[in-house]
Amino acid sequence: MKDWARYLTPLFVFVAAIATWQWRVYALGISPLVLASPSDIWGAFFAHWDVLGPALLFTVRITAIAFVLATAAGIGLAVLFSLSRPIEYALYPFAVVLQVTPVVAIAPLLIIWLGYDNLTEVLVVLAWIIAFFTVLSNTLTGLRSADHNLLDLMKLYGASRWQVLWRLELPGALPFILTGMKISGGLALIGAVTAEFVAGSGTDLGLGWTITLASRNLDTAQEFAALALLSILGVSILFAMTALEWALLHRWHESAVKRER
Amino acid sequence: MPPLLTLSGISKRFDSGTLAIGRLDLEVAAHEFLSLVGPSGCGKSTALRIIAGLLKPDAGTVAFPNGKPEMGFVFQEPTLMPWQRALGNARLPLDLKGVARSEGDDRAARALKRVGLSGFEKAFPRELSGGMKMRVSIARAIAAEPKLLLMDEPFAALDELTRQALNDDLLKLKEEDALTVLFVTHSVYESTYLSSRVVVMTPRPGRVAAEVALAPPPARDENWRLTPDFTQQAARVSAALRQAMVAA
Repeated sequence: MKDWARYLTPLFVFVAAIATWQWRVYALGISPLVLASPSDIWGAFFAHWDVLGPALLFTVRITAIAFVLATAAGIGLAVLFSLSRPIEYALYPFAVVLQVTPVVAIAPLLIIWLGYDNLTEVLVVLAWIIAFFTVLSNTLTGLRSADHNLLDLMKLYGASRWQVLWRLELPGALPFILTGMKISGGLALIGAVTAEFVAGSGTDLGLGWTITLASRNLDTAQEFAALALLSILGVSILFAMTALEWALLHRWHESAVKRER
Repeated sequence: MPPLLTLSGISKRFDSGTLAIGRLDLEVAAHEFLSLVGPSGCGKSTALRIIAGLLKPDAGTVAFPNGKPEMGFVFQEPTLMPWQRALGNARLPLDLKGVARSEGDDRAARALKRVGLSGFEKAFPRELSGGMKMRVSIARAIAAEPKLLLMDEPFAALDELTRQALNDDLLKLKEEDALTVLFVTHSVYESTYLSSRVVVMTPRPGRVAAEVALAPPPARDENWRLTPDFTQQAARVSAALRQAMVAA
């Protein structure tokens, strides 16, 4: 497929879908309470930007903090686990328990522990819980995937454990870490929004709570506008992570190297 | 003169229960080129790893009467770090030994030049051919100026012409650096061309079945491969290998 076709095809499908949506809503006379038309949603962006703008920034902030913490904790714990099996055996089950327990069930406890005055922190913790395991799991797999012959070579040359980690295991794990981060970025956003659904957002208003309020007010257009912002944010995170992956891997890793045709 | 290396009564059984080496006794003299040949699974690579200290034998001893020499290891695969350029890969042993970066760069570049890779210092492994990757692997092994070079079927995956070129380069390096080379191979012809002595191992569990002393000419090239002298010496290695298989 030619390069222009790669970009124009989804654009064409998107425009066609929007046009069909617009036409069907008007042609069938669907109530705006049930399904807002694209033009109504576009209008809602401007009409409610005073709410949507700050909500977007708030959600971006929660997502970014949760993502950074998830990445740091995921990589840090994975390194710790790879250095010490006893620590892994002791702590990994807790990580798994955190991962498999629905945040909906944890949220009330966190609110009790951190208090209603600190709902922002509650949101960060909940989003972090959702986002961190994938980084941990991928990084650990990456660290364990070091070439055994290279490990032998390191041993032959008397490398210290730190040298093995720094020179072989971590660089080799980079594609795995980036894959974990790519998934984690999206999960942090999902976590930030889901956390707002279950914990509220306190004095600040994020996109999750904006959707809840718009739904209660039967303002379907605003609800769709908030949803659109979430989609744009999610896609932006994916693009940013893909760009980072390309920047770090395109010279040497098969997943990012451009193939000759 | 005491040997560089002595293996006495080495045996090794893997966790799977496979007895890889039965009882292996072997002496390697300084500056000799010794090839270990034998069928697949006879414990050649295991013996090499035991000598390198990468595996512990279940019984027996590995002794270096003159002290443990600096060792280099070349695997069957190039085993390069894909994220490092050729220079970074060749510099690895120097980095691990704490050699200063600039000196390490110089020595690694010199090693690459010696294996014919001058100008490819900045290439990533994926940009190199199979033969060039193996040359980087050899450059890495010689960069730290080893006395004992352990090579585990290093040229097995290469085409015949590249393999012959690397055989000649290896002999040149051995002479220039006064190396002792312990070379594992399946190839009767390769072992004949390279070695001053060939040790033939039995099928698993491996032990020494025969030793064949060879008398290669001082200067070897592709023409020697076509001579009756080469053919006769290869025939002796081949006969010893066949006999080891039959006896087992």
